[in-house]
Amino acid sequence: MKQFSCPVEIDSNQIITLAHGSGGRLTRQLIEDVIKPALANVRLDPLEDAAILQQFEQTAVMTTDSYVISPIQFPGGDIGKLAICGTVNDLAMMGATPLYLSLGFILEEGLHIAELAAVVQSISQTAQAAGVAIVTGDTKVVEKGKGDKIFINTSGIGARENTCKIGTAEIRSGDKVIVSGDIGRHGVAVMAARDPQAFDTPVISDIACLNHVVTALIEEGIAIHCMRDLTRGGLATACIELAQSSALQFDLGETTIPVEEAVQSVCDVLGLDPLYIANEGRFVLIIPETCVERALAVFARFDNCKAAKVIGEVTEDKPGWATLRNAYGVSRKLDLLAGDQLPRIC
Amino acid sequence: MKYVDEFRDAAAVRHAIDTIAGIATRPWNIMEICGGQTHSIMRHGLHELLPDNIHLLHGPGCPVCVTPAEKIDQAIAIAMQENTVLCSYGDMLRVPGNNRSLLDCKALGADVRVIYSPTEAVDIALSEPEKQIILFAIGFETTAPGNAAAIRKAKLQQVENFSALVCQVTVPAAIDALLGNNDFEIDGFLAAGHVCTIMGFHQYYHLAEKYQVPIVITGFEPLDILAGIEKCVLQLESGQHSVENAYARYVTEQGNQPAQDLLQEVFQLDDQTWRGIGVMPNSGLSLNKSYRYFDAEQRFSTVLGDLDLSMSKPVNEACQSGLVLQGKIKPDECPLFGKQCRPDKPLGATMVSSEGACAAYYRYAAS
Repeated sequence: MKQFSCPVEIDSNQIITLAHGSGGRLTRQLIEDVIKPALANVRLDPLEDAAILQQFEQTAVMTTDSYVISPIQFPGGDIGKLAICGTVNDLAMMGATPLYLSLGFILEEGLHIAELAAVVQSISQTAQAAGVAIVTGDTKVVEKGKGDKIFINTSGIGARENTCKIGTAEIRSGDKVIVSGDIGRHGVAVMAARDPQAFDTPVISDIACLNHVVTALIEEGIAIHCMRDLTRGGLATACIELAQSSALQFDLGETTIPVEEAVQSVCDVLGLDPLYIANEGRFVLIIPETCVERALAVFARFDNCKAAKVIGEVTEDKPGWATLRNAYGVSRKLDLLAGDQLPRIC
Repeated sequence: MKYVDEFRDAAAVRHAIDTIAGIATRPWNIMEICGGQTHSIMRHGLHELLPDNIHLLHGPGCPVCVTPAEKIDQAIAIAMQENTVLCSYGDMLRVPGNNRSLLDCKALGADVRVIYSPTEAVDIALSEPEKQIILFAIGFETTAPGNAAAIRKAKLQQVENFSALVCQVTVPAAIDALLGNNDFEIDGFLAAGHVCTIMGFHQYYHLAEKYQVPIVITGFEPLDILAGIEKCVLQLESGQHSVENAYARYVTEQGNQPAQDLLQEVFQLDDQTWRGIGVMPNSGLSLNKSYRYFDAEQRFSTVLGDLDLSMSKPVNEACQSGLVLQGKIKPDECPLFGKQCRPDKPLGATMVSSEGACAAYYRYAAS
């Protein structure tokens, strides 16, 4: 595959102005100089009002998501990588192969064009690694103070086998719950990036596109009942949602859930629960017990999934509940949080 | 994780539970003072593992919970002024005053910032000299030295655009008030280990003697809490009532002298209103004369004088958070618990903070 690069030297003093969003000459120049060279492909290049896609023989799957992270750079990634991984992962979780993405920028006046170029470069690399093409896009500029540097929306289209039924309706009592790696890294890395003076941690975001590992699981013939990527509300929120959608119980074992020591330390100091901390490259896989061994063997082939573990099972006992059994055998109900977790006073 | 895992070890916890079950021959009411301990007890399910005759009562030691609604109203009134920055610990933000919370006020455009350390507020004041920076200085003796250090730093560096809205509370006064209340029996106390790390435990001797109760300095990990309970039960079973230290890896009898000196320099004892309980004499700290320049209540007296409390929401009379704070009832014995009153729409002090007893019961409800 062709290695994308940004051929135009960016003047480090150049900033985004309202004129870049006017639809006129500067808009065109921004697209031609900064965005298009990095993302070039046959469907994007004509820069028509809409992209022409192939006719699907398989079932088309579509999703959309918006990205508003601050700061736009964090250990392990940036808003560009996030905008690709997030949408690719939503498609992958439905068993679809991600194919095409749209890319909508809302830029704040005063943003350095070099910062935008770095984000576009990151988008290019992440999309290339995931095997998806950016086929259409849009750029708007808002006045200074009306945005936060860069907001991105990506919509994605993928294709999945017509017979594929992956989804919450397929979850069965007796299924096993596997998490694809250790949890909580993304949230802690972003928190540290937001306030580098307040605490220093070596934690790097888990951000990653998950479509390749999902494809490998499907190719291995694993009978996938359901998948869910762990995003804002963390592992706990994902399992609560799955329990409610399936009207079954998700019974998790606290000691089996992988949490890196550095993440656990930050959580203990600030009074946060890693179960509710954001991830951007982790998912739970719900499969029949008979497939567990083969699934773990597939995970072991992927660097970011080597810590994958069975963390619980699905039962009929308490429909709609996610529960957590601790090291002492005490089980408690997991509940949705009222809002973001906030650092504790003492 | 070193220094943590060994205090959460499952076999050791089971052994400690068996030991307590073996020595407790009668029912005992033991109160843990601190919200952090309540949280740990609920999170680890220790209350379910303990024998039925050990009743854990949850005390008033949640600083966010006991901060009066009026103080939050003051913080909001100040934060809503142009060119002010209100700096607060994170978990204070969601707590409603009489009308709104600091989170609401942030959504309305106020500059409210979460800090991890009080001195950050002074640094903000130095870097943004055109604004007034206010530290919301709340908490028990645990956070008081940090707040005092920030205020002293402001004085030393003559940071004139810095002030502190102070609402500091003290533990011994709370124990005294609870035990002085004759209509309820608390057999023993688990004192808060981190408060004693600062203050030592010499100040508990006269309380143990006056009310004839054992007071055991206790930590926060499961084995720390069980060690505190075990020492307390041993004393109760043998009719003793002394002050004992079950958190010796951090706490000494005299505590942290430099921190105490700092408190002495900046603060003075004062009467204090506790949310859900009322005014308790000498149960708080206020800025002393030489630091009063940094008192946000004085600096913003014009704004606070205009504070309209007429919009105050009537307190739901069925809310029993005051009784919960005093350990007179368990959170789930309140008729509103989990129904009208939940973490997303708290009615009482003990549901407002994640560390409050009601919030801990709600979050860690057994399945």
